[in-house]
Amino acid sequence: MSKLDLPLLQRQLQPYQSEGRTALLPALQAVQEIYGYIPEDAAKEIGRALGVPLADIYGVIEFYSLFYPQPVGSTVVHICTDIACALHGGEQMLEDACRRFGIQEGETSADGFFTIQRSPCLGLCEHAPAALVGQSAVGQIDRYPLEQLLAGEIPRPQGVFGGTQRRLTANCGKGRPASLTEYLASGGYAGLRRALSLTPAAVIAEIKESGLVGRGGAAFPTGLKWEGAAQAPGEPKYVVCNADESEPGTFKDRGLMEEDPHRTLEGMIIAGYAIGASKGYIYVRGEYPHAYAALSHAVSEAQAAGFLGKNILGSGFDCEIELRRGAGAYICGEETALFESIEGKRGFPRLKPPFPTTHGLFGKPTVINNVETLCNVPLILANGAAAYRQIGTEKSPGSKLFCLSGDVKSPGIYEALFGISLRTLLYDLAGGMRTESPLQAVLIGGAAGAFATPAQLDVEMSFEALKSAGLPLGSGVILALDQTRDLRRVMLNLAHFFAHESCGKCYPCQIGTQRQLEILERLADAKPLQGDPERLADVGWTMSDASLCGLGQTAATAVLSAMRIWPELFGASQ
Amino acid sequence: MNDLITLTIDGCSVAVAPGATLLQAAREAGIEIPVICYHEATTSNGLCRTCVVEVEGWRVLAAACVTQAAANMVVHTQSERVLRSRRTILEMLNSAVDLSEAPAIQQMMQDNGADPQRFPGASKRKFELLDDNPMYVRDYAKCVLCWRCVQVCAEDAQYTYALSFEGRGFQSMIATFFDLPLPATTCVFCGQCVGVCPTNALKPRREWLLEQGKTPEEIIALTPRQGRRKRN
Ligand SMILES: Cc1cc2nc3c(=O)[nH]c(=O)nc-3n(C[C@H](O)[C@H](O)[C@H](O)COP(=O)(O)O)c2cc1C
Ligand code: SF4
Ligand code: FES
Repeated sequence: MSKLDLPLLQRQLQPYQSEGRTALLPALQAVQEIYGYIPEDAAKEIGRALGVPLADIYGVIEFYSLFYPQPVGSTVVHICTDIACALHGGEQMLEDACRRFGIQEGETSADGFFTIQRSPCLGLCEHAPAALVGQSAVGQIDRYPLEQLLAGEIPRPQGVFGGTQRRLTANCGKGRPASLTEYLASGGYAGLRRALSLTPAAVIAEIKESGLVGRGGAAFPTGLKWEGAAQAPGEPKYVVCNADESEPGTFKDRGLMEEDPHRTLEGMIIAGYAIGASKGYIYVRGEYPHAYAALSHAVSEAQAAGFLGKNILGSGFDCEIELRRGAGAYICGEETALFESIEGKRGFPRLKPPFPTTHGLFGKPTVINNVETLCNVPLILANGAAAYRQIGTEKSPGSKLFCLSGDVKSPGIYEALFGISLRTLLYDLAGGMRTESPLQAVLIGGAAGAFATPAQLDVEMSFEALKSAGLPLGSGVILALDQTRDLRRVMLNLAHFFAHESCGKCYPCQIGTQRQLEILERLADAKPLQGDPERLADVGWTMSDASLCGLGQTAATAVLSAMRIWPELFGASQ
Repeated sequence: MNDLITLTIDGCSVAVAPGATLLQAAREAGIEIPVICYHEATTSNGLCRTCVVEVEGWRVLAAACVTQAAANMVVHTQSERVLRSRRTILEMLNSAVDLSEAPAIQQMMQDNGADPQRFPGASKRKFELLDDNPMYVRDYAKCVLCWRCVQVCAEDAQYTYALSFEGRGFQSMIATFFDLPLPATTCVFCGQCVGVCPTNALKPRREWLLEQGKTPEEIIALTPRQGRRKRN
C-alpha cells in the first residue's frame, strides 16, 4: 500500500470532526471518494478525527456492501440480478461482463479499470435488466454492447409514469427534477403555508382526519405516529424521511425524488412543524445517486426561497434538512436500523419497544415516514382532510403508487386510487402480458410479499381488501410472472436476496435465510433431499415467528404462500 | 414500593415487580426457559431467540429475556409454536457451528427434541483457529455470535473496544480492526471475554496447548503466530 498523504487527509476530515460518530458514514464515503476504497491507515485517521474505536470502524465498513476495505477498480459496475432483472437476463449480463475480463464476480479487471459486482435490486425494475456504473444508473443494458455499458455511454433511464390519477406524480414524467418554480406553479408549498397558519396540534388533527396510512410497508396511521412524537417528552425531536427504498421490485420513491423532490421536502417540513422538530434527515439509499442529487439541489432552492432555514415564511418556525447516503444495506430501511446507520453504526435493528416516537434517532422522539407518505402530506394540508378522504376507499383514502414490473408490456410507476383492481392495473394500465404467454402468478408486496394467482385478479387494491385476501400491499410491488417462469427459480432468487441482506443479529434469520437458500437451491435443481419440504416449512415458520425484526419475519412469506398455493412445487424427490 | 404485576405463565399466576422480564417472571414461577445469548452480566439483546414464548394476542413470539411482563399477560412457554421455533433454532445453530465444547447447548438440544442431523449438507461456518497472542486462542468455528465478548470488551465492562464484527448475515463473525492480531489492537488481555464465552470459542492458550498434549515447558517455548485471519 502506498503511503497516504496524512496531512491532506486530516484536512479533508476536518469538517466531520466536530460531529463525532454520526459523521462516520459520511467520512467513510469521503475517504472512499478520494482513494476508491478505505485504506487501513485512512480508517485509523477517521477513528482519530471522530473519536470512534477502530474495531467499530471496521465493523461499519464490513457491514455495508458499498464500502470496500480492499482496493477495487476505478469504476465499480453493479449488475442487478434480483427478481425483476433476473427475469430479463440479469444473470447473463453479469456473466458476460465477467467473461469479458476473465474474472469472477466481485473481482477487478487486470487493467484495474473495472470491478464487476452482483447487485441486489437497484430500484430500476421498470428498466430491467439494469446496472449502476460508478454513479450512473443505466437500464435495458441487454440492448447495448458491453463496451458502451462500461464506458457509461448508455443514457440514464427515465422514470415511466402512468395511471388513472396524477396527484402525487403530477409533476413527474419530464425525465428531470421539477424546479422550485415549476413546483410552485403547480400549487407547491401551499400546504406548508396553510400548515404554518394552523397550530401544530391542528396540523396533526388534519392528518389524523385524512386517514393517511404509511406507505413504507407497515401501514401505520401517520397522524397517530405524529401525535405520539409530538406528545413524547424529550428534546430535540427529529423527523426522518425513509428514502432507503430497497425492497426488490420497488422504485416509486426513486421516481418521486428524482422528478419532484420538493414534494418530499414540503411533507417533511410540515411534519417537523407538527411535532416540533427543527431538524430533519433524509436517508437516501447509496444506489440512488440521481435522487440524492435532485434532493440536494431542491434543499438549496428551498433554503434560498425561505421554505427551509430560520423563521420559515415569517412563522418563527426553524427547520433544516440534512441528506444522508446509505451504503448498501436493505436492512437500513428498517426504521431503527436506519437510525443506527445515521448514528454511525452497523445497521442492526433495535429491540422494540421502545418505539421511535419516544426513542428514535439519537434516542429522541422521532417521526420516520416513507417518501410517498410524506408526498401525500402537502395535498392533505393544501386541500383539507375532507377533500382527501373523498377519494380512495373508506379505510384506504387517497391514491397509491404501484410499481409494475416483470412480464408486463409497460412496466412503470402507476398512480391509481385505492380500490382499483389488480386486473385493471395489470391489463389496462401496464398493457397486459409482455408475450403470448399468459399470467401464471403475481408477486405482490415485494420479496417480503406473497404470491397471488390469476384467480385473485379481481382483488381490490386497498389495505383492507388485501388483508382479507391474505395478501400484503407492502411497498406497492406488482410483479407479473408468465407461464414460462419456473417459480422455484423465482423463490430461489428471493431467498438469495434475504440471505445476502440479513443483518445477522438474531439467529432465526442469520442462519434461517442461509438454510432457506440451500433448500431452495436443491429444489430448483430438482435434487431435493428427503424431508426438504418439512425442513423448509420449519425454517420459514421459525423465521416468521421468532425473528427480531421485520426482515426475518417476512423472509419466508413468499415461500410459505407458494407452499400453500402450489404444494406440488415442493413435492418429493424424483 | 410499586405494585406488583400479575400475569399468567403456563397456567400459573405469577406476581413480579414492574420492569421484570418474562424470563425473570418465569423463573419466579419455577419455569425454566432455555437461553443462549442471555447472561446476567451483559446487556440483553434478544439475539438467540431460544427463549421465545407465546404471548396471547401477539402477532409473533416474544423473546422472554427482553420482554417486560405486563399486567394480565397470558404467556405460554411450551406451546406448539414455541417448541417448533426453539427446536428449529437449535437445529440450525448446530448445523452452522461446532458445538462440541458447548455441553449446555447440547443438553438443551436433547431437552427440546432437536435433531443434530436435521440439516444434512448445510454449510458450516469454518475458520482456522487464531493463535496470535500468549493469553488465549480464538476458534471462531465454535462461535455462536452471542456478542458477549464484544460487549464486555466495550461498555458492559472494560471499555477497551478491541472487538467488533465483520460480514453480515450468515457471514458475520467477531473481528478486530482489519483482522489485526490481538496484540496489535487495543486489547489489554483482561480475559473477561474468555470468561463469558459459552462455547469455548475463546480459550486460555495454556489450556488449549495442554489439550494438545504439550508439556508446560514446551508451552513456554511456543510463541504465537502474528498473522491476520483467513476465512476458510
Ligand atoms: C427490512 C425492512 C426494510 C424496510 N425498508 C423500508 C424502505 O426502504 N422504505 C420505507 O419507507 N420503509 C421501509 N421499511 C419500513 C420502515 O421500518 C418503517 O415502517 C417506515 O419507514 C415507516 O414509514 P411510513 O409509516 O410512512 O410507512 C422497512 C422495514 C423493514 C423491516
Ligand atoms: S430478523 Fe434478520 S435482519 Fe432482523 S435483526 Fe434478525 S438477523 Fe437482523
Ligand atoms: S436468551 Fe433471549 S434471545 Fe437469547
